[in-house]
Amino acid sequence: MLSFDLTDEQQLLKDSVERFIERSYPFDKRRASSKSDEGFSREHWKQFADLGWLAVGLPEEQGGFGGAREVAVLMEAFGRGLVTEPWLASVLLAGGTIARAGSAEQQEELLGALIAGESVMAFAHGEPKSRYDIARVETTAKKAGDGWKLDGHKAVVLNGDAADRLVVSARTAGKARDKEGISLFVVDPKAGGVEVRGYPTNDGGRAAEVKLSGAAGTLLGAEGKAYAVIEETIDRAAAAVCAESLGLMDVLNAMTLDYSKTREQFGQKIGAFQALQHRMADMFVALEEARSLADVYMADVDSDDLAERQRAVSALKVQCDKSARKVGQEAIQLHGGIAMTDDYQASHYFKRLSIIARQFGDVDWHLDRYAALTQ
Amino acid sequence: MKITYTAEEESFRQSVRAFVEAELDPGTRKKVLNGLNMSKQDYVGWHGKLATRGWSCPHWPQEHGGAGWSPMQHFIFDEETSNAGAPGMMPFGPDMVAPVIWTFGNEEQKKQHLPGILSGEVWWCQGYSEPNSGSDLASLRTKAERQGDHYIVNGGKTWTTLAQWADWMFCLTRTDSSGKKQEGITFLLIDMKTPGISVHPIITMEGGHEVNQVIFDNVKVPVANRIGEENKGWTYAKFLLGYERSGMAGIPQAKRALARLRAIAADQEDADGTLAENPRFRRKMSDVEIQIVTLEATMLKLLAQQVQGKTPGPEASFIKIRGTEIDQLLTELTMEAVGPYVAPFAPEALDTGWNEEPIGPDYAAPVAPGYFNTRKVTIYGGSNEIQKNIIAKHVLGL
Ligand SMILES: Cc1cc2nc3c(=O)[nH]c(=O)nc-3n(C[C@H](O)[C@H](O)[C@H](O)COP(=O)(O)OP(=O)(O)OC[C@H]3O[C@@H](n4cnc5c(N)ncnc54)[C@H](O)[C@@H]3O)c2cc1C
Ligand SMILES: Cc1cc2nc3c(=O)[nH]c(=O)nc-3n(C[C@H](O)[C@H](O)[C@H](O)COP(=O)(O)OP(=O)(O)OC[C@H]3O[C@@H](n4cnc5c(N)ncnc54)[C@H](O)[C@@H]3O)c2cc1C
Repeated sequence: MLSFDLTDEQQLLKDSVERFIERSYPFDKRRASSKSDEGFSREHWKQFADLGWLAVGLPEEQGGFGGAREVAVLMEAFGRGLVTEPWLASVLLAGGTIARAGSAEQQEELLGALIAGESVMAFAHGEPKSRYDIARVETTAKKAGDGWKLDGHKAVVLNGDAADRLVVSARTAGKARDKEGISLFVVDPKAGGVEVRGYPTNDGGRAAEVKLSGAAGTLLGAEGKAYAVIEETIDRAAAAVCAESLGLMDVLNAMTLDYSKTREQFGQKIGAFQALQHRMADMFVALEEARSLADVYMADVDSDDLAERQRAVSALKVQCDKSARKVGQEAIQLHGGIAMTDDYQASHYFKRLSIIARQFGDVDWHLDRYAALTQ
Repeated sequence: MKITYTAEEESFRQSVRAFVEAELDPGTRKKVLNGLNMSKQDYVGWHGKLATRGWSCPHWPQEHGGAGWSPMQHFIFDEETSNAGAPGMMPFGPDMVAPVIWTFGNEEQKKQHLPGILSGEVWWCQGYSEPNSGSDLASLRTKAERQGDHYIVNGGKTWTTLAQWADWMFCLTRTDSSGKKQEGITFLLIDMKTPGISVHPIITMEGGHEVNQVIFDNVKVPVANRIGEENKGWTYAKFLLGYERSGMAGIPQAKRALARLRAIAADQEDADGTLAENPRFRRKMSDVEIQIVTLEATMLKLLAQQVQGKTPGPEASFIKIRGTEIDQLLTELTMEAVGPYVAPFAPEALDTGWNEEPIGPDYAAPVAPGYFNTRKVTIYGGSNEIQKNIIAKHVLGL
């Protein structure tokens, strides 16, 4: 079905999150919470829960609602506000994985607390050598009594230092790069054998290196069969940051246009220079292309047809990253020196876009996958 | 191009190599090769070592302390020092103000200033830009009013690179606002210790402090510190900009960045082998390498002319445009090569003496900051848009 219009419910969600960003998420506040120990505000997190946003994309049985388009609505607005609260890490990555893999009891226990805002979770999958290769899992899990013991190193775990539960992938059979033999576990980061080294990230968020040495884990889903679940999680995350990038680009375009109408050099507004007008026209086109693709293909992220989903996600990530590169770099250039500064907001939007380009598959990775699917 | 070297050139190469080997501080070298934070002493120390050998400002006319080299010797020197991890020359003294001083300054000024620049003891900064005068530099408003033997300077400069380290500033001031804006500018040399000068840091997006706002509050500058004539400063300023632009090719730095990129690509494992073996990524690296050697060919031609005494003309704009585009491309490809580990923000890892376990590969920490910071190069020194305007106007005659 081809539908560009939002449903009434989607429109309500959009209005509510945009209103929140506009009224309650000023840049100086964001900057302060970004620099705090956890990198976000627990008060905001509670508000997100009250507004129902921590349920978006999760199963209805657990009180969740919506799919990829609802996620996109939320993420685009989060992009506008440069939101640092761990929605992506906690709800989409960890929560979504639990929803797809967990037993009914696990879902009820873990997702209930997540949706209520009582718990923050993180998804520990990538490893020091995995780059974007989803099957490259070298962390191992071995049976120990009733449970499992995990050993390995998980890299750049988003919001890993704020999480009270980690969803961890580990190999229970096979070798690195085998799709078979990967399993998922729930790990309590406060328990023995888990070392969490948190740090700030270049986009104003936080992440952690997580080292497991004999850490206790509870199996989530079927042993050895987690690849497809993880792949869907990464696909959904890729689509979500694409939506976020639309919000980021929109702000950068507006800032650049605005600045070009006020900044004067050579006795005229710099927006009067045709050399810059054409560049801003290109920035506008870049965003419109990405937006059009997202409007039409975002729904395919929910498709049960694997190839259809993957083609859509890869097309989105390629186009959004390309558009974001143009918009981000040009926004800085067209402002001149002012946008080089930490004080000026545009630089922070540019940095977030630059990091998105290195998350959940870069342009080349998605082009390769798209090409393989199109043969 | 297969460059063939004469026996003298080969022996010159050996002597440069031996000198660098013996004299370059290993700590400085490590910082340069790994993209870590440099201190003032790193630059000054190396400059001083070169000065003892007569190599600190080799491109200067010999009468002022230049080395009198052939273009090929300059080429060899740049290649050897850069490969070995020697710091680049800070441009403000040796490349920018010095040519102005020896061309337009009086004997007193030459005597006072050139030795300190040559030896590296005196650090200069460039006081051109103001908040409302960037590309339209000639609209600058920092005022210098004549009072007897002094000018009283009031106003402010911005984006002043490393003013926090500077002993002196070369500064464009407004001495007449009655006529055309270019006609009322005076070029002053200002001692940064003069009362009334304050320096305020500006933090750039990667978190570094290299630029500043400099405020002048009734700063007394002796008339003897004026270069050339009052109200003729624009001529001197533009003369200097030509030198600034042609210094921006950065070939040795680009080659070093490419070498670092190749090393990172060789360490990053890809689906079938390393990223360095991935045909598509190899093509990207080769593409940038061809861009570098193309620019190098242009530079060699230009250098030959410069050594014959020609001042850089509008073609220098082309060097600046391409050199900076290549810089940016290299930092971007390095981001691509490092992948997800570009995310951690670890400024402390760029400081000397930090020896905790790195987050991810040890080469990752400077990569994103380097990419962010390098967005500046197409903005400063006359933005690339301005350079294209110059080509359009002065080369193409449009
Ligand atoms: C990191 C850094 C270091 C610097 N160091 C120094 C220093 O040491 N000393 C110093 O004096 N200055 C320094 N500068 C200042 C630098 O030279 C200026 O930033 C530059 O001249 C551009 O001016 P602006 O930033 O005011 O941008 P603006 O002039 O406001 O330009 C904004 C945009 O408009 C474009 N534009 C302007 N005019 C035209 C036109 N006619 N046609 C088409 N496009 C146009 C520009 O290209 C740019 O994209 C530095 C700047 C940076 C960022
Ligand atoms: C630190 C620093 C370094 C700089 N480095 C350089 C440099 O290397 N080279 C350099 O030339 N400039 C550089 N600039 C900027 C610079 O000095 C001036 O932008 C330029 O030289 C201006 O010349 P002018 O004022 O005589 O104006 P003009 O020669 O009259 O023209 C000004 C510029 O604006 C353009 N322009 C004017 N009016 C229009 C219009 N209506 N539409 C489109 N374009 C227009 C012209 O093409 C020209 O490029 C630098 C500035 C700073 C602060």
